[in-house]
Amino acid sequence: MNQTEAFHERIDEALHNDQMRRNFRSALSGIQAKREQQFPDDAQLQALREQARAVRANALVKQPELLEQLEAKLTENGIRVHWAENPEQANQIIADILDAATAKTVVKGKSMVSEETGLNTYLEQRGIEVVESDLGEFIIQLAEEPPSHIVAPAIHKNRQEVAQLFHRFYPDLPYTEDINQLTETARQILRDKFAHADAGISGVNFAVAETGTLCLVENEGNGRLSTTAPRVHIAITGIEKVVEKLSDVPPLLEILTKSATGQPITTYFNMISRPRQAGELDGPQAVHLVLLDNGRTRIKVDEQLLDTLRCIRCGTCINYCPVYVQLGGHAYGTVYPGPIGIALEPQRLGIDQVGSLTSACTLCGACGQVCPVEIPLPKLINRLRAEAVNAGREASPLIGRGALRNKTEATSWKLWRLVYANAFVYRLFALAATRLRWLTPKKLGGWTRYRSAPKPAKRTLNELARQKGFRSE
Amino acid sequence: MSKTRDAILRRLRDNRPTDQPLPSPYRKPLGWDSEQRIASFTERMRAVRGDVYRTTPADWARTAAKLCEERGLKQALVGHGPIADQFVADASDSVDIRRYAQPVEEWKPTLFRAVDVAVTGCRAGLAESGSLVLWPDRNEPRLMSLVPPVHIAVLDATRLYENFAEMLAVEQWAAGGMPTNALLISGPSKTADIEQTLAYGIHGPKSLITLIVE
Ligand code: SF4
Repeated sequence: MNQTEAFHERIDEALHNDQMRRNFRSALSGIQAKREQQFPDDAQLQALREQARAVRANALVKQPELLEQLEAKLTENGIRVHWAENPEQANQIIADILDAATAKTVVKGKSMVSEETGLNTYLEQRGIEVVESDLGEFIIQLAEEPPSHIVAPAIHKNRQEVAQLFHRFYPDLPYTEDINQLTETARQILRDKFAHADAGISGVNFAVAETGTLCLVENEGNGRLSTTAPRVHIAITGIEKVVEKLSDVPPLLEILTKSATGQPITTYFNMISRPRQAGELDGPQAVHLVLLDNGRTRIKVDEQLLDTLRCIRCGTCINYCPVYVQLGGHAYGTVYPGPIGIALEPQRLGIDQVGSLTSACTLCGACGQVCPVEIPLPKLINRLRAEAVNAGREASPLIGRGALRNKTEATSWKLWRLVYANAFVYRLFALAATRLRWLTPKKLGGWTRYRSAPKPAKRTLNELARQKGFRSE
Repeated sequence: MSKTRDAILRRLRDNRPTDQPLPSPYRKPLGWDSEQRIASFTERMRAVRGDVYRTTPADWARTAAKLCEERGLKQALVGHGPIADQFVADASDSVDIRRYAQPVEEWKPTLFRAVDVAVTGCRAGLAESGSLVLWPDRNEPRLMSLVPPVHIAVLDATRLYENFAEMLAVEQWAAGGMPTNALLISGPSKTADIEQTLAYGIHGPKSLITLIVE
């Protein structure tokens, strides 16, 4: 099955899951309302967005120097830095660290980069127990599903589904559909894991070059526990997360939390700069950072595509996407769904692999309007669409350009152009379309899968206008 | 691995964008006096179910002890230093107090199971977002503000800044060197992972009590 067929199949499945679509609709409208409350003043919001954009863009220009500075600072602080070109290398590095520390159990904070590398499966195959400790991640780990959203991984499940899942895995605990009770259940189960895990793995929200500080944003405390209670902490991040100065962090933190969840700030903002020092009584004895490229340096080749790397993974574009709300995250079939997924994944993985994603966009512009770092998502998606069917553009770093070019489609567009370019042929065509309207087929491929077929009008607009007395040539 | 490192850095250098934006330092002065700062801190903290009490240098420890009694918190954890000493002096009649005195490995199960409340100081507070600023150290280790179900934090009112940006600028964190771990804490632990409904006390403290000392 080719990628387009596979994508259509997933779309079909999503559109027939009414419960899931209800879950998405109610969750997303709630998040949107909360975000809007945080930005009552549009001028202030725009100023903050501009600031956040500048901070991220500046860091991307200076990225090689900042990464070197980050590495030097972290090393000076006693944190080991590792570089990985691809998922296999990153996983190998982490497995080696765990082996060297004879670590057998891991508690893990939420990390989308580790989803990119398929870390959990990799470690589990090597006999290491990995427990996702963020509640949403814990739920989907039990369900054996990937995250459906980059901020709210279990957004597609309602309380009954979570209750049944907990009951299946922990039949001794009392069955409940009460959200507070479910949360308490998860607390009990996971406490034990935190107390006994050998190592903790986390992502990184911002890495500050100036001070060698890893910043983590979270509400639950699982991130803090994973990075504090076990004797080893391993952080993994994409190389684009570096920022220049500590003073760059406040505007990013503010716009990230307000955009992502509509909170003025998250419960915890955790800044880690070194492992446990002599005389300190807790905290990990060793801290490691894995810096992953995985296609990011290739994106940097092109000044327009580069904007993609400003992303701070807040998920706001996803929350506002009218296509995502209908499909949910799993239909995309990639690590990152929604508008940012459409923009990022074909660049990361190749148009020949996932270029079909670009069709899941109405170009309504909502994502570009809400993105806190002003990534022109609609423009990027449009460009990717063009490159998906046209390899002709010069100097583009994209893999698999033109891979979705389809002969029939290309020919019909060519015909369309011919018809429109010649007045006589056009008139002939219009006449045929209106007078022979009864010949219009009932089935029109993808269009009629979810809609009825359109029928041409009895008379062309031109004719109607002339009847009304309009004259123009 | 240094081959990978060099290859990544080389690719980044070869493809440097030309457009060079320069972010101006971010400041957001609000012009709040002490009373406005306390009011904003309190409002924000209460909005996320944190408790806030105003008290004095002489009284805070007894206030804390009373809160422990009212809530049935029996086993209290303190570190070392003036906050710990004053709590021990004023509260040891009403609660059992334990000092965080050994490396966590030596008593992890007790810490995770038997402690009901931890009492710590804090470095500062942020009025706009309702946050406590902690720099855990050898006197007050990191897990104190995280593992026990209740955390009582003692905040000196004169150390209440307007916001994160103001604090970084005034205290010059970057220049002075960062501690092992620095934290902003804004309320008790919470989650909204099930149906976007807020639930408190998922992994960290279920309640967070701030005593503002004036
Ligand atoms: S593209 Fe923008 S809105 Fe979407 S996740 Fe990234 S930063 Fe957030």
